Amino acid sequence: MSFLPGTPLRQNNDSDRMTEPLKREEVVAARAIKVTFGAVKALDGADLVIHAGECVGLVGHNGAGKSTIVNVINGALSPHEGTLTYGGHPVHGISAARANGVRCVFQELSLCPNLTVNENARIMHAELNGWNWRSRAASLVRSQLQKIFPGHAIDCDSTVDDLSIAERQMVEIAISFAGRNQRPKLVILDEPTSSLDAGLAAQLMAYIRTFINEGGSVLLISHILGEILSTCDRIVVMKDGRVVADRAAKAFDTRSLVEAMGNVVREQEFSRKATARTGAPVLSMPPHPRHGIAFEAYRGEIVGLAGLGGHGQTDALLDLYLEHNSNWWPSRKREIAFVAGDRSLNGTFPLWSILKNLSIASLGQLSSKKMISDSREATLGSGWKRRIEIRTPDMRNRILSLSGGNQQKVLFARALATTASTVLMDDPMRGVDIGTKQEVYEILRTEAANGRTFIWYSTEMDEIRLCDRVYVFREGMIVAELVGDGISETNVLAASFSDGEAA
Amino acid sequence: MKLSSGTIRLIIPAASLALLLAAVFYMQPRAMSYTGLNLLFNLAIPIALATIAQMLIMSINDLDLSMGTFVSFCACVAATVLQTSPLLGALIFIGAIAVYAGMGMLIHVRDLPSIVVTLGMSFVWGGLAVLLLPSPGGTAPTWARAIMTAKPPLVPMAIIASILIAAVTHYIVMRSSFGVLMRGTGGNDRSVERAGWSVIGIRAATYALAGLFAIFAGIALVGLTTSADANIALRYTLLSIAGVILGGGEFVGGKVSPIGAVIGALTLTLAGSFLSFMRISPDWQIGAQGAILIVVLALRLALNRLEKREKHQ
Repeated sequence: MSFLPGTPLRQNNDSDRMTEPLKREEVVAARAIKVTFGAVKALDGADLVIHAGECVGLVGHNGAGKSTIVNVINGALSPHEGTLTYGGHPVHGISAARANGVRCVFQELSLCPNLTVNENARIMHAELNGWNWRSRAASLVRSQLQKIFPGHAIDCDSTVDDLSIAERQMVEIAISFAGRNQRPKLVILDEPTSSLDAGLAAQLMAYIRTFINEGGSVLLISHILGEILSTCDRIVVMKDGRVVADRAAKAFDTRSLVEAMGNVVREQEFSRKATARTGAPVLSMPPHPRHGIAFEAYRGEIVGLAGLGGHGQTDALLDLYLEHNSNWWPSRKREIAFVAGDRSLNGTFPLWSILKNLSIASLGQLSSKKMISDSREATLGSGWKRRIEIRTPDMRNRILSLSGGNQQKVLFARALATTASTVLMDDPMRGVDIGTKQEVYEILRTEAANGRTFIWYSTEMDEIRLCDRVYVFREGMIVAELVGDGISETNVLAASFSDGEAA
Repeated sequence: MKLSSGTIRLIIPAASLALLLAAVFYMQPRAMSYTGLNLLFNLAIPIALATIAQMLIMSINDLDLSMGTFVSFCACVAATVLQTSPLLGALIFIGAIAVYAGMGMLIHVRDLPSIVVTLGMSFVWGGLAVLLLPSPGGTAPTWARAIMTAKPPLVPMAIIASILIAAVTHYIVMRSSFGVLMRGTGGNDRSVERAGWSVIGIRAATYALAGLFAIFAGIALVGLTTSADANIALRYTLLSIAGVILGGGEFVGGKVSPIGAVIGALTLTLAGSFLSFMRISPDWQIGAQGAILIVVLALRLALNRLEKREKHQ
């Protein structure tokens, strides 16, 4: 890796060091940015300044605000507070960001799958207009692919659908770096190597250095810390919507980077005694075919699924669920219940009353001769209303009359009211206020003591610490199992971010 | 050579058309002539145009349930106003295209389901058609009649028109920049938007283009039948959707094929004649037509699954 003369060090948390002899041009400067979604502060006064000719690494745990600040920079989100300038000009919007040379490769692939590679290039590059744009697009993409991934075997006339996941990612990266008249100034890469093998990832990292040496800048987000440490000039660490560290990459190593992401000192609110494992596991899953750890859950346990978002936790929950409940013919007596994460998408029935939303999963036990008994349903409703304190004057009110947190409690009650001995939870507490959370935690603890098993995917560290045992996911498999005192933010982070060898 | 998924998608509709045609020729060898072919495929021209219109709408993940009534309305305008005062007729058609563009924008801005909006509009078009022509009648404009009954040498008009429609729309949808943006919007509208394009503009233009092709369908229909009726093309709504699907298009994902859509329209028309030649009683014809559709679609599903399995290996 070549060091650039005068790696820029911005004044920030580390004292005012404006010793930079040659001040580089700012490509993008986001200062004191605040973005809130409802009650959640996604960004709370974050600063991110990117200069020409530097590669900035951005790391942080789930919900640290990485994606939000990327969306602010690429113009998709307008900050509620703070200033955003491109090359010194305060402008807004996607078109403005693109006009200033900001390109973005998103984590989820954002090509049009029904179009060919060339046609996708046409969409991304408005300059490819007029006659014969197809051959110009083809030569543009082909030469760029050759530059970044020499020796690739991608046919630019094939439909994106027909390409493998890795090839799609390569195409998307190549299209973003390409440009004849409008060269990109800043390319934002959000987990660009997530589906590339080690060889391709190395080619990409080498190209990023070339691009930087030519005067471009890159914002690199990755969970592979080795990549970040070896490629970037400067690393920005985010936590809770703020930038908590902003230093030259040389100043970090894997250990200190992981520590910067987490809170080193934080009191344990409470810890559960390790329960004795009795009998055979109620749920189990074989390990991932390549490597990884097998999943097991015992009666009365709260098992946490941790790791960065989207690394296979939800899929694992769905696999567990479908294994016990056939997709085709639901069995009469269900052993397993599911609490959905996205309440409005697959949780509530928005037109129904609170009571109907609560009782839907246990209608079998509430009815005799296939007819629902109103009185038994009402008893169930009033019982749970008291137990989990659903704040409503009447259970027959519409579910949407409740606050988000109370709706979530109803969904919990729906799962708990069934006879199911196992409850799967897909990060259900996202965006719920702290008071409600404490109440639900209390319910979980008593229910677990009564012998129920909980499998809990959570992106929040505080919730992961409530679990008896935690499996950490990375790239679709379980890479670590933490028990008792071993469940700490540092350990979870260290397991979530590989140091580059396993890429 | 590895076939692209687009080519594979075209094979089944083309093969089923060839098979049907062979069966018709086998049963009725006299159909194998200039006049025979013209008679077989004459009525396919307006259906093909309506299918293209529907395909444009489907390429951006929408569905137009007002296609039948709109084509009927256009036929009524063509047989009355366009015939008596061409300028006013043209203005009405331009207005109709503007309404289609507006519909596209409304659907986008308010995030409405397209089937609800177009279903509502179908009553508007139906009502307007009845106002124009309370009872069947009107006269086709002479030029429309002349085009539809032209007798070019060697190849009948129906075949030439089908090839022309397929070629022109293939160029617009599959080759032009606008076509790429349109299909891109169907495939992944977020990425089109992120690239700085106006999705609402693309949607409005697509709807306007669909309206234009539906107007052509109405004029072609009147050119064939010489007069119009407010209910003349009601079955075009479902025929056009079936034609797109039969031709290898899909309801979502921007996967459409103009050549396939024209072939699909021809196949549907031919299926009707085929069943008449088989002397199946009219009572059973609609059911038999449905059976043909199911067989072709099942074939395609099987092929899709095969393709997917191949990719996974």
